[in-house]
Amino acid sequence: MTQKAEFDQRVKQALDNPQLRRNFRVTMDGLMEKRDKAFPDKAFLEELRTIGANIRANALARQPELLEQLEANCTRNGIQVHWAETIEQANRIVLDIMERHHATRMIKGKSMVSEEMQMNHFLEAKGKSCVESDLGEYIIQLDNEAPSHIIAPAIHKSKQEVARLFKAKHPDIPYSEDIDTLTRSARQILRRKFHDAEIGLSGVNFAVAETGTLCLVENEGNGRLCTTVPPVHIAVTGIEKVVEKLADVPPLLKLLTRSATGQHITTYFNMISSPRKPGERDGPKEVHLVLLDNQRSRIYGDSELFDSLRCIRCGACMNHCPVYTRIGGHAYGPPIPGPIGSVIEPQKFGLENFGVLATASTLCGACGEACPVRIPLPKLLHRLRYEQVREDRTGATIGQGSQRSGKEALIWKLWSWIHATPLVYRSATRLASLFRNRIPNRIGPWSQVRTTPRIAPKSLHQLAREEGFKHE
Amino acid sequence: MSLTKQYPGKPEKVYFFGTCLIDLLYPQAGLAGMQLIRREGVQVIFPQDQTCCGQPAWNAGYREQAEAVVLNQIRCFPEEYPVVVPSGSCAGMLRNQYPELFRDKPEAQQVERFSKRIFELTEFLVHVLKIELKDLGQPTKVALHASCSARREMDVAGEHEALLQQLENVQLVEQVRKAECCGFGGTFAVKHPDISAAMVADKAQAITDTGADQLVSGDCGCLMNITGHMEHQGVGPKGQHIASFLWERTHDPKS
Repeated sequence: MTQKAEFDQRVKQALDNPQLRRNFRVTMDGLMEKRDKAFPDKAFLEELRTIGANIRANALARQPELLEQLEANCTRNGIQVHWAETIEQANRIVLDIMERHHATRMIKGKSMVSEEMQMNHFLEAKGKSCVESDLGEYIIQLDNEAPSHIIAPAIHKSKQEVARLFKAKHPDIPYSEDIDTLTRSARQILRRKFHDAEIGLSGVNFAVAETGTLCLVENEGNGRLCTTVPPVHIAVTGIEKVVEKLADVPPLLKLLTRSATGQHITTYFNMISSPRKPGERDGPKEVHLVLLDNQRSRIYGDSELFDSLRCIRCGACMNHCPVYTRIGGHAYGPPIPGPIGSVIEPQKFGLENFGVLATASTLCGACGEACPVRIPLPKLLHRLRYEQVREDRTGATIGQGSQRSGKEALIWKLWSWIHATPLVYRSATRLASLFRNRIPNRIGPWSQVRTTPRIAPKSLHQLAREEGFKHE
Repeated sequence: MSLTKQYPGKPEKVYFFGTCLIDLLYPQAGLAGMQLIRREGVQVIFPQDQTCCGQPAWNAGYREQAEAVVLNQIRCFPEEYPVVVPSGSCAGMLRNQYPELFRDKPEAQQVERFSKRIFELTEFLVHVLKIELKDLGQPTKVALHASCSARREMDVAGEHEALLQQLENVQLVEQVRKAECCGFGGTFAVKHPDISAAMVADKAQAITDTGADQLVSGDCGCLMNITGHMEHQGVGPKGQHIASFLWERTHDPKS
């Protein structure tokens, strides 16, 4: 099946599920409202967005040197730094650390990069157990699913669905649809997992080059448990998450939490700067940082697509996207859904696999308007549309030109000729007006939900002439 | 409405760019736009060689095919008069996307000069002509759908509203999620018909729920999509381009 056919199938499944559509509509409306309320002063918001965009742009402009500085400072702090060019290498690094410690049990905090790596599947195939400790991630892991939103991974499930799932997977727990009771049950189950795990894994929100500090934003406290209880902590992140200095963090954090969930601050904000030091009573004995490239350097090489790397993973673009609201995260396919996913994932996994996502947007601009670091998302989606149909394959995007079809290209050539040749255009519209009643009133999928527009008896060209408007 | 925009004084002559959708399907909207400007004492020139702004190919990724069409349009408007466009979407293409398309090309400067002369119709009526409308119509309730390009790319949703608010007998009613896209998106509606259908159904419902007698928009693409859906379902108010609506309510046929 082509990527388009697969995407259409997933879309249809989502659209035909009224419960799913309600869940997304209600949640996205709520998140949009919360973000709006978190920024009551719009001038302040715009100023903060500019600051955030500049911090991220600056960090990217100096990325190679900042990464070196990050490595040096982390190493000085006792954090072991690993570089992975590919997903396979990153997974192998994590596995090696586990094997060195004869570890079989991992407890995980939320990490989209580990989703990108499909790390759980990789490690499970090697006989390792990986338990998700973020409540949403835990729920979808029970159901063998992927996250449908980067901030709220189980948002596609209703509480009734979660209650049924808990009952099925943990028959000894009494059935309840009460959210607090469900949360308490999960917490009790996870406590034991935290205790038993030999390895704790987390993502990274900002990696500070100046100090070698890993910042982790979370609400549930599970992230802190993952990074402090097990004897070994592994942090995985994409190389683009590096920022220059500690002073860059507060504005980004302000933007991140307010854009994501409308919170002024989160319950937890962890700054990890070293493993346990002599005399300290808690904390892991080892901390590892895995820095993943996976095509990011390639994206980095293009002066326009480069902006996709500015993302701070707040999810505001998906919350505000009318397409995401209709189809939900799973329909997209790759780990990161929504507008930023449609921009980043085809670049990481190839236009031949996910290029269709760039076309699944009306370019309405809601995402670009919501982005706290001013990523020009519509412009980038537009660029990828060009990349996938362009004839000359001189650019660096993977899968360039892969979606070009001879038939479509011919249609656009014909269209171009008609509209670039005034005489042809005028004859064509005159013919269309003359034979307007012969034109079929059903035109494909358009007329399944709409009446077909009728060609006017006289074109504006004709009317303007008749009404005495001058030509030149 | 943005306060930072700068506008020229009232010119003697303007060019009118009719758009291909209006030319073929909604010519009365284009004519009304030209009549509104002419009534203010400005001569309106409608170059006969104009066709389409090139947006369909540009948005589909066929940049080379768009280029040829764009160059043909630019040739049609040689004098330094303002170019008025009765569509947020096409105006956005002419003003913002043309310079993008020709960024690294020899024509870049020429294209940029042209793009600076582009005005969306309602912004031109409000800021350049400072038009004052006298409502001759019956009391009516109107829902406005400002297209995404009018709202975000051109930032003229406020100008649409300001014009409607000048009309004494018109009550402007607000739909829920008024800033949400109607699901047209040019080729999007054809490439992803199921998602588009879900979006337009919600938009049509929101507009119908206002109880408006009439839907007004500054973009015929959205109108074709939304009213097409409402007609198909047999519910909802009738739709009209804002230029036709303004002209009909302020024009005395006997004068």
